[in-house]
Amino acid sequence: MIFSGDINAASLARDGRREFYGMAALCLPSFILVFILLILPIGWLFWMSLFNADGAFSAENYVRLFDSTYTSTLVTTFQVGFLVTVISVVLGYPLAYMLSQLPPRLAGLCTIFVVLPFWTSTLVRTYAWMLLLQRKGIINSALISLGLIADPIRMVNNMTGTVIGMVHIMLPFLVLPLYGVMKSISPDYVRAAANLGAGPTRAFWTIFLPQSLPGLTAGMLLVFVLCLGFYVTPALLGGGRVIMWSMMIDSSIRLYANWGAASALGVALLVMTFCVLWLVNRLFGLKRLYGESR
Amino acid sequence: MELRCDRLWLYLLGGAILVFLAAPSVVVAVTSFSDSQFLTFPPETWSLRWYHAYADSIEWRAATFTSLKVAFLTTLIATPAGTAAAYSLRMLGTRFSGAVQAIYTMPMVVPVILIGISLFFMFARIGLNTTVTGVVLAHSMLAVPFVVITVGSGLANYDFAQETAARSLGAYRLKAFLTITLPQIRVPVITGALFAFLTSFDEVIVAIFISGGDSETLPRRMFTALREQIDPTIAAISTCLIIITGGILLAVQAFGFSGKRSRS
Repeated sequence: MIFSGDINAASLARDGRREFYGMAALCLPSFILVFILLILPIGWLFWMSLFNADGAFSAENYVRLFDSTYTSTLVTTFQVGFLVTVISVVLGYPLAYMLSQLPPRLAGLCTIFVVLPFWTSTLVRTYAWMLLLQRKGIINSALISLGLIADPIRMVNNMTGTVIGMVHIMLPFLVLPLYGVMKSISPDYVRAAANLGAGPTRAFWTIFLPQSLPGLTAGMLLVFVLCLGFYVTPALLGGGRVIMWSMMIDSSIRLYANWGAASALGVALLVMTFCVLWLVNRLFGLKRLYGESR
Repeated sequence: MELRCDRLWLYLLGGAILVFLAAPSVVVAVTSFSDSQFLTFPPETWSLRWYHAYADSIEWRAATFTSLKVAFLTTLIATPAGTAAAYSLRMLGTRFSGAVQAIYTMPMVVPVILIGISLFFMFARIGLNTTVTGVVLAHSMLAVPFVVITVGSGLANYDFAQETAARSLGAYRLKAFLTITLPQIRVPVITGALFAFLTSFDEVIVAIFISGGDSETLPRRMFTALREQIDPTIAAISTCLIIITGGILLAVQAFGFSGKRSRS
């Protein structure tokens, strides 16, 4: 009995191993794809950042990041990221709150307005803002024909245009997870507060808002981190006046063929991105944010 | 919960923000039917002039065809690769899925500009820049996570006892998967395929760096054109893109699955 049990155990273990290797092999095609086309090239970039123009091992590329040309780009990037995040919160919080308070059917209908732009090409949406904001654009001509302004306002090829365009693109990234969190807040708490004599305003500030804060924080960090790496919208709506980090990386390569500088900038961007995402994950769990919020 | 009048301000504010989100697409679509060189809203005279310009331009047609080809090939690669990965992640259980999932989230969280320059650098060494193959491979890598996530969430609700039953009755694993499991998870698989298509079809930044010449995709050509001047033809092209995106989302919705993209 014991003997045959051993045989069983051995063959089971062998089958288990075979099963494991078989399953691991199924992962292989996609894994190779990600490894060769993402991890390997990024690792190469990282490696390159450690060498100076003469091919000697040095921290030169990183020291140069503290030059004024680079730091001013850094400041612009953070400014844009900060502005876009704040405006997204100001617009996104009430929208998510409204969606969470609407009857489910109506909320579903309204969510389409958030999801559709979310999936529409960034390029198309940026182009739309170019049409709306340019000198002879739709907003300026409307304001002039209404007599509100005499001369067109400059809204494109500068910070204003960049921020407006980016807020439009980032808003769904804040609203969708926030809405998911708000939906899970039981209305019973607010009712209980009202029962105990709190007015609607007080119930909102003391009961609802604190419970929605984790979603808000996660959404804000996410929007901020996505802003740091943004390229298309500032390149088209900034008109060369808003130089963001990603554009600096781009011009280091295209204009100056300076791979050392570009790779150091890239590594810094990557490290910062991962730090913020790690923070989001710790606070909230990325999986809950995007994987299972529906 | 019913609508309450004392919350009118909230609905007005929320409605205004929804208009802010939807208006740009509507404006592009309406102005694309304008007859004049300088797009006005609403158009003074209506015409299909810019749609004709789009259809008549050899360059725009070529870019559109390239984009469709690239997106189609990307879907063909990313869908089976992603489905296989989702299946094996489910079978392997939680022991490994944490680490492996981290790898599949990477294409979604690494700044796209970095993916663009690092691929440009690597492809320059192996001669894949400005080739369709290079763009298809890069887009497949970007699209795989969407397939893994959508199919993975489909498999999470699937009862594997059915596949085990088929295998205990003598079906080989592949046959059991193809005849029993796949038909039941077809909705998430098709959804994942549609997202893969859309991911490739809309992708700009990587294409800016690694496509060009014969492999120039539509978004890359649009980006280059927009940097120089605002060509009204782009309004017509944009409208077509909005319609394609809307159509795919409707198809996804019709299949009863709502997914989310986390990158732009």
